[in-house]
Formats: sequence, structure tokens, C-alpha cells
Amino acid sequence: MSDTMKYFRENRLPHIWCPGCGHGTVTGALVRAIAKLKLDKNKVVVVSGIGCSSRAPGYLDFDTLHTTHGRALAFATGIKLSRPDLKVIVMTGDGDATAIGGNHFIHAARRNIDITTIVMNNNIYGMTSGQYSPMTPKGMLGTTAPYGNVERSFDLGKLAIAAGATYVGRATSYHVTVLQDLIEKALLNKGFSVVEALTQCPTYMGRKNKLGGPVEMLEWFKARAVNIKAAAVMTPDKLEGKFLIGELYNQPEPEYTAEYSAMADQVRRRFDAFQGGVRGCEQNSD
Amino acid sequence: MTQAKLMQGNEACTLGALAAGLDFYAGYPITPSTEIAELCAEELPKVGGKFIQMEDEIGSIAAIIGASLTGRKAMTATSGPGFSLMQENIGYAGIAEVPVVIIDVQRVGPSTGQPTSPAQGDVMQARWGTHGDHPVVVLAPGNVKECFELTVKAFNIAEEYRLPVVVLTDEVIGHMREKVVLPELSELKVSNRVQPQAPGGYKPYEADLDGGVPPMARFGQGYRYHVTGLFHDETGFPSNKGDVTDRFLRRLQRKVEKAEPAIRDYFTESTDDCDTLVVAFGSSAMSSLSAVRQARAAGIKAGLFRPKTIWPFPEEALRELAMRVKRIIVPEMNLGQLALEIERVSGCKAPVTRVSKVNGELFKPEEILAAIRGDAK
Repeated sequence: MSDTMKYFRENRLPHIWCPGCGHGTVTGALVRAIAKLKLDKNKVVVVSGIGCSSRAPGYLDFDTLHTTHGRALAFATGIKLSRPDLKVIVMTGDGDATAIGGNHFIHAARRNIDITTIVMNNNIYGMTSGQYSPMTPKGMLGTTAPYGNVERSFDLGKLAIAAGATYVGRATSYHVTVLQDLIEKALLNKGFSVVEALTQCPTYMGRKNKLGGPVEMLEWFKARAVNIKAAAVMTPDKLEGKFLIGELYNQPEPEYTAEYSAMADQVRRRFDAFQGGVRGCEQNSD
Repeated sequence: MTQAKLMQGNEACTLGALAAGLDFYAGYPITPSTEIAELCAEELPKVGGKFIQMEDEIGSIAAIIGASLTGRKAMTATSGPGFSLMQENIGYAGIAEVPVVIIDVQRVGPSTGQPTSPAQGDVMQARWGTHGDHPVVVLAPGNVKECFELTVKAFNIAEEYRLPVVVLTDEVIGHMREKVVLPELSELKVSNRVQPQAPGGYKPYEADLDGGVPPMARFGQGYRYHVTGLFHDETGFPSNKGDVTDRFLRRLQRKVEKAEPAIRDYFTESTDDCDTLVVAFGSSAMSSLSAVRQARAAGIKAGLFRPKTIWPFPEEALRELAMRVKRIIVPEMNLGQLALEIERVSGCKAPVTRVSKVNGELFKPEEILAAIRGDAK
């Protein structure tokens, strides 16, 4: 316990999330994964955008950056490219990552930049009190979908894989050990990693859709989640109405900041003998 | 040895940035600023810097703010449409007090407008583009050499006062080639942000309420602090207490007010005895200078006041001139933006005539001369 708590800013607690919210569970899984890997507190940066998910970094004892809506990955890209030695983690939500931040999400994946992205997917905009998001299932209710959502939703795992992420996992706030395990592996992957954590929003998603309280919502996850390994031997009719959790993709590829550094090393070797011109900015060296 | 070189304004901006210590650039291609990105892509890897072409301008400014938080000197360059996209995060850099430099090479707007032609329509956007009261400094080079000098200065101001600084050029200044003798790098003043001494007890936003600038720690150095775009107290954590917000916003405002005497800069010619004062910046000022010289040759007492810092505006100097001239003429490539500030500063001591041009062409000196003669129509 103390190993885990040392990564929290205890004086910032209690958190602002509603009773029964799953975001604390996801944050706990992240911190336990960090504790297990014994990451140096001084070499971790956690970045977030806007929304319920994005309040998480404020409770964590690292360098933490709470940015603008949807832009966490773009800020994080600047940090990681500047300091490839830092472990950069982005905590985001379904709206933050896939609506307003969708462009940055696919491009961070395409570059395979070494950032671990935890998407807390509660299928709704919680901070603004219950509007539908690109991850709200079709037919579900939101305050801006009073007759049922008519839009299709993203499959975040497939989106991440198609865009180039090299590690992709999915779990829920019910499957906490699976979640922690996936986050641990995501942190170890040198490349763009995405862990989608389905979390319950009893206050808006639950009430609006009469899904019950947090317990019923967690039971809903339990009843419908199938581990990808188990699914491999299940018939399509048995998988009807289920969703997959576990490690969805794990294929390491060259990482962006390392590739950039390798290119720059080559350029510097070629220009080492170079005199004059615009060189001579010694104060640049960092 | 510095020797004369032929270079364009965009190139001079880039060289100025490098001389000031630029080691991180993020940007998105846009005419007429793209040469800056191209030169940064080429030069930065040679000096241990980083270049990234982001997916859009929103990402570009986000990336440079992130880079600056790790201690880098970071810049982006753009033009109108991209500058519009950057506005939200310019406000973020303001409230989070992160030094960044943005070069806006103006083109004709609004919207896609006229991408390859000069304009000066971003004067007000550069000051008020993002929502809320916020600190920002805007510098306006009037020739290629000043592109170098004012970009160096932009970095120094950004670092000294922890704020976003805009270098406002235009398509003509950016693409014009002039013979330039650059200063020796060793003679340049280069400022670096003040850093805290040690992590113990570090309060990232603790500063004199009268416009103080707090020391800025780098991410990854053991300070483990929090940065947010929400109003925050001296610990950096959000606060929604009204008095915290009030104090904070006033300190940000005061920071720029107090800096004004140190950063204001302007150029004058023939203003000692002038009756007609022409006030212009950027490429409009080049035509204005010719017009003033032609007027003098014709025996007309004309003078030029060219602000190099537009925001904050060099108020005192202009006010003093406004007290003793008979009329002020403001030629600008927009429908009257800087003129609003001139009218405010001069306090109607002298009538202000606006001379606007928005067809994507530079002023001809004769057009301004006609205004000086009073026969402009």
C-alpha cells in the first residue's frame, strides 16, 4: 500500500469524482502498475486534456500537465520529443481522445511515439453532464441524444491499431487486475500504447439510461466482457452482445523519438567539420 | 566574422531564433511562413534541437508549450488561418506562463483569403485573439534585419517574463530579400528564464503580486509540479476562489505593463519639427518612409513614427509627438486596426486620418504622399 501511496499527492485528495465513478479505479490501476515497475517519480510526466478523466494527474506526484480539451497528446508529443528519457503518460477520456482530440490521437499512433495513453471510456461527456460522445453506443440516451443516439460509435482498439499504435489493450473498471497488467505492459512498450479502460459513470450514463447504480454497471461489464484469449475458441453466437478485453495488439516497431535522434546523429556527424554558417549556437545544447 | 548576406525575412527570423537559442520547433505548412519551418527542419538537428511537423497548428503550439516546459526554447510560425487555430493555446501559454514565440507572417484574410499577398489584418487578433484578459507581447519588424533582431528580442522577452510573444510580419517582409549584416553572436544579448534553486518548497506560481515573474522549473528535474489552464494559486493547483483569480489575472496584466518601458521600441525619422506625422509598421512603414522623404524634398514637414513593439504600444513617445503635430496619418493594410490604438493614445490631440489598403498590394509611396499632401481620394 505504501509503495502505491507514495505516487499520490495525498494532500490533493479526496478527488472530485462522483460517488461510484470508475475513474479512481483506473487511476489506482495505473499507479499500481507504476509502483510495480518502480518508475522514478522524477522521470514521469502525466499529461491530460479536459474532462473528468483529465483531473487525475493533479492527484499524482509527478510533473503533471493539465492542458486544453483534446490536446493532451500534442503537448505530450512536445515533451517526449524534447526529453525522450522521460516516461510520458496521457490520461484522457472518450470525448477528449476521440472527438476533439481525434486528430492528435491518430497522428501520435502513426508516429509510434513512446507515450502511454490511458483512455477512460465512460461512453459519455461527464464533466458537462451527460452529452453523447463518439463512444456512446447507438441507441443509448444522452442529454443531447434525448431520443437515442443515432450515430455509430468508434471501436477504439481497432482505431488505434489501424492508425499505427504498437500496443493496444482493453479492460474495465471491474477487471482491475487485467487492467493493471495491460497498463504495465503498455508502459514497457517502447512506442505508442493505448489502454482503453471502460469505466462506469453512474451519475449521467447510468441514470440517463436506467442502467442502475455503480454495482449494476460493474456487473454489466462483468457479464459482457470476454477475454480475447477465451474468445478465440468461442463460436460467433456465444460472442453475440459481448465485447473483448485483454491484449488486443502487441507488435513493437521503431519508435519516433529514437528514429529522430538517429537521424540527427547522422546529420551531426556529416556536419561536424562544418564551420561558419548559422552554427555556433552553443547555448542550444541541453 | 560577420559579412553581408542576401537573405529573406523568413530566413532572418529563423536565424534570429537560432541565435537566441531556439532548440525546438513545431509547425504546420502554411503560406507565406513555410520557409521558416523548412529552415528549422534543416538546421535544428545540426545543433541538437528538435523539429516536428505536427498534424495541425493547434498541435503545433501545444507541442511547443510542452517542449518549453522541459526547458527548451520553442517556436512556431504560421499565417492567418493557422494563427486563428492557435488562439486557444496562446491563452494557455499566457495563463500557465510558458515562454513561447509565435511568428505570424500575415496574409490577406479573413479565412483562406489571399494566401500569397501581404496584409496587416492580424493586429487586433495578435492582441485579443484568445478569450479573456491575457498577457501577450507583439513585435513588428520593419525590414529583414529587424526580423533577426526582433526574433532574438521575442525570445528574450518570452524568457524574462514567461509569456507568449508574437512576431508580426507580413508576406512582403517575410519574402523580401535584403542585404543584411548580422550582429556577432557573441555580442547578442540572450536571456534565459530564471530557474528555481532546488525542489524543496518550490511554489511554481509564487511571485510579487505587482507583476512579478515566478522562477520556472523544468519538467523532469525533480520538482514534480502541476501546470493547468485553470486559475491556480501559487502552488499551481486549481482554485476557484474569486480573490485568487483576481490577484492572478491582475499580476499577469501588470507583468506586461511593468515590462513596457524595458521592451518598447520604435523608429522615427524627421519627427523633430514635423507637422504631419505618419504612423505605420511593417511593410506599410517602408512605403511610408519613402513618402516622408519625398515630402521633405518637396518642403513638406512630414515625419515617420514606426512602432517596433505594437503590444504594448509605445504610448508615451507617440503621445508626446501627438501633442505637437497638426495631423496624424495611419497607412495600414487593413481597414483600420492600428489606427484605433493611435486614436486612443493620441487622445484626439491631433486628427487621425486612416489610409487603408486591402487589395493584397503594398502601398505605393505616392499614395501615402498624396495623403500627406492632403489630396488623397
